[in-house]
Amino acid sequence: MNAPVFIAGIGAISAIGNNAAECLTALENGEAGMGEMRYLHSMHGKTLPVAEVKLSNEALAQRLGLAAVISRTAMLSLMAAKEALEDAAIPDWKSLRTGLISATTVGGMDRTELFYEDFLADHTKGKLRDVVHHECGYISELVADELGIRNYVSTISTACSSSANSIFYGARMIKNNLLDVVVAGGTDALTKFTVNGFNTLMILDHEFCKPFDENRRGLNLGEGAGYVVLVSERVAASLKNVPGCRLSGYCNANDAYHQTASSPEGTGSYLAMKGALEKAGLQITDIDYINLHGTGTQNNDIAEGTAIMRLFDPLFPKMSSTKSFTGHTLGASGGLEAVFSVLAIREKMIYPNLRLQTPMNDMPFVPETSLVKNAAVNHVLSNSFGFGGNCSSLIFSKT
Amino acid sequence: MKLYIRATGNISPQKTFGHPAFLADPVEHSGNRLNCIEPDYKTIIDIKLIRRMSRIIKMGVAAAMECLQEAAIAVPDAIVTGTAYGCLEDTGVFLTKMVEQKEELLAPTAFIQSTHNTVGAQIALMLHCNGYNNVFVHRGFSFESALLDAMMLLNEGEAGNVLVGGIDEITNASHTILSRFGLYKNEPGSNLQLFEKNSKGTIAGEGAAFFLLSGQPVQNDCVTLDALSTFYKPVDDDETISHIESFLSAYSISAADIDLVITGRNGDLKTDSVYDQVMQSVFADKESVNFKHLCGEYPTAVSFALWMAANIIKSGILPTVLNSNGAAVKQIKKILIYNHSQNIHHSLLLVSAC
Repeated sequence: MNAPVFIAGIGAISAIGNNAAECLTALENGEAGMGEMRYLHSMHGKTLPVAEVKLSNEALAQRLGLAAVISRTAMLSLMAAKEALEDAAIPDWKSLRTGLISATTVGGMDRTELFYEDFLADHTKGKLRDVVHHECGYISELVADELGIRNYVSTISTACSSSANSIFYGARMIKNNLLDVVVAGGTDALTKFTVNGFNTLMILDHEFCKPFDENRRGLNLGEGAGYVVLVSERVAASLKNVPGCRLSGYCNANDAYHQTASSPEGTGSYLAMKGALEKAGLQITDIDYINLHGTGTQNNDIAEGTAIMRLFDPLFPKMSSTKSFTGHTLGASGGLEAVFSVLAIREKMIYPNLRLQTPMNDMPFVPETSLVKNAAVNHVLSNSFGFGGNCSSLIFSKT
Repeated sequence: MKLYIRATGNISPQKTFGHPAFLADPVEHSGNRLNCIEPDYKTIIDIKLIRRMSRIIKMGVAAAMECLQEAAIAVPDAIVTGTAYGCLEDTGVFLTKMVEQKEELLAPTAFIQSTHNTVGAQIALMLHCNGYNNVFVHRGFSFESALLDAMMLLNEGEAGNVLVGGIDEITNASHTILSRFGLYKNEPGSNLQLFEKNSKGTIAGEGAAFFLLSGQPVQNDCVTLDALSTFYKPVDDDETISHIESFLSAYSISAADIDLVITGRNGDLKTDSVYDQVMQSVFADKESVNFKHLCGEYPTAVSFALWMAANIIKSGILPTVLNSNGAAVKQIKKILIYNHSQNIHHSLLLVSAC
């Protein structure tokens, strides 16, 4: 039950790159991915910046050899999951017990909203092919079938912490000796549904977001997918390239305060971080970098900051929110940020928190504002907190 | 990973809420849509909260509360739910307004409550439960994944007890759309005669069934969930049969040890043939009963079957509505639930008396 679980491969696609290497280059160069809407057609296109993946549905479909009518959520997922599996290069994975645990908040909503326009006018209208992949789980199955994964497929949806939960559920399936290899992470495409939903909550910044800034005005929505390949100790030992990183800690807690707002004390965030440290058997001083949830909303950043203060004060590790690059990719964010955490360890690098001008008054710490190179990064804490009070933290450790 | 089913709470198209006599008074539905028989929520949920809640939230929360009350547990260590479709009503409301109002002047409530974790989150909120909280949204595996998560939590010692639920709702829009896929019977007649039709399609159902599972028994616990297995898209019936045989051998039981098989037949000639194959080859001469004439077909319907299995063992009764040919029934101590959803998602659950 306490056997280690290793990260054998990573894959990512986001507004700052179509694969993990491109994302890393953008993180190093401080290039954010937000801009005016190009691929999503919404009346908010000119007023709300978003962080879109820089590929049209047609271009994605062409790269993957799929029909362009498939949900963008599935195509983003397949791009990153395929990359992760190739990166892991496990020669005999098809003969091992291999599973896909994905996560998404919107599933095939990008196609459903097209369907709905015709359907509302006439219930016998609307192309069924546009609504057939509506269910979140269907997105995962499209990906599992393309990859040839059959042993186990499941999908988690806990709002913005979805893919942190899929990664640690996958690790637990390995620890419980139910699977040997798990492709775990999450995906979400931008949709009108989410853009309008977050807009009604008045938490979208009309300019580029400024996480952990005193004058932050909200988040920018993004899209993408991020997956890691988790393997058991036995599989890790059989690989030519020994994995340099393992998932050492994890915890899921609920804030139980409000459906959308975080508690002022950051109870859920505090419990998730504390639980992950305990699981990993680490002290607060062992953490070298916190990849913040850091959405840029008033409420999240104060709750997360307060929880960090409660746990770490006065010994704060370096920290930053990479959502200042990718926007908030919702169900994909835990997966993407897991990939960035693994890269931080591998590349000995701490990413900057972009556009941070005025540190938050009430916080005794300041996130990194420029790239730190040659940093000793042995343990990274990655936070994912969501609607419904669903809070999860993961810890990645150098092996 | 044997665990104890301490209590259940179930809102379904049958009279199941409030623990009436076990399926003693079957509810007849006509048409291809079986809606839940809903209780008066005012006695269970704060009236101020009820007004904002959609139907699935009310059903989920009420079933969860009944389950916890029966278990005499105020706050569980963990809450895990499974739902394939999530909160369809709120999703539909927001989507409709967004299209009709061309993305203008929208209100947030429906969006807030449209996320798949709403039911699990509302339960946590009402109970002030800061523990583990997870939501599985994988079609015909949603409830099974939630159960597996609970089994692992208990096995790891991360929780002493876990509240697990399977929840899905039908809305007018979802029923219209799913009907267009040709899933349902055109002339269904009475649900109680579902298996006499010999025609294409099934009947739609919905429900909210919750279970309090624990790793250690207390005095009155008498039902255990001994094993769970799922398999995905078998290439043919032979593969299905071989999965079932390896499941039995993995838990060192033979078909002879099983007193009753609950199958997920849904009246659709095409997909029910899988059950015929399995019964003939693995469970020849075994008693089998169905459940989807009572709750209809939906992705988390296995939660209704698990409720039924737990109650058959607990009450020692096989209700007449299940035992249509009036066969003499010996004491039932071991039940296997075998379900598949569209021949894609197959699951096996072994339930025993202890």
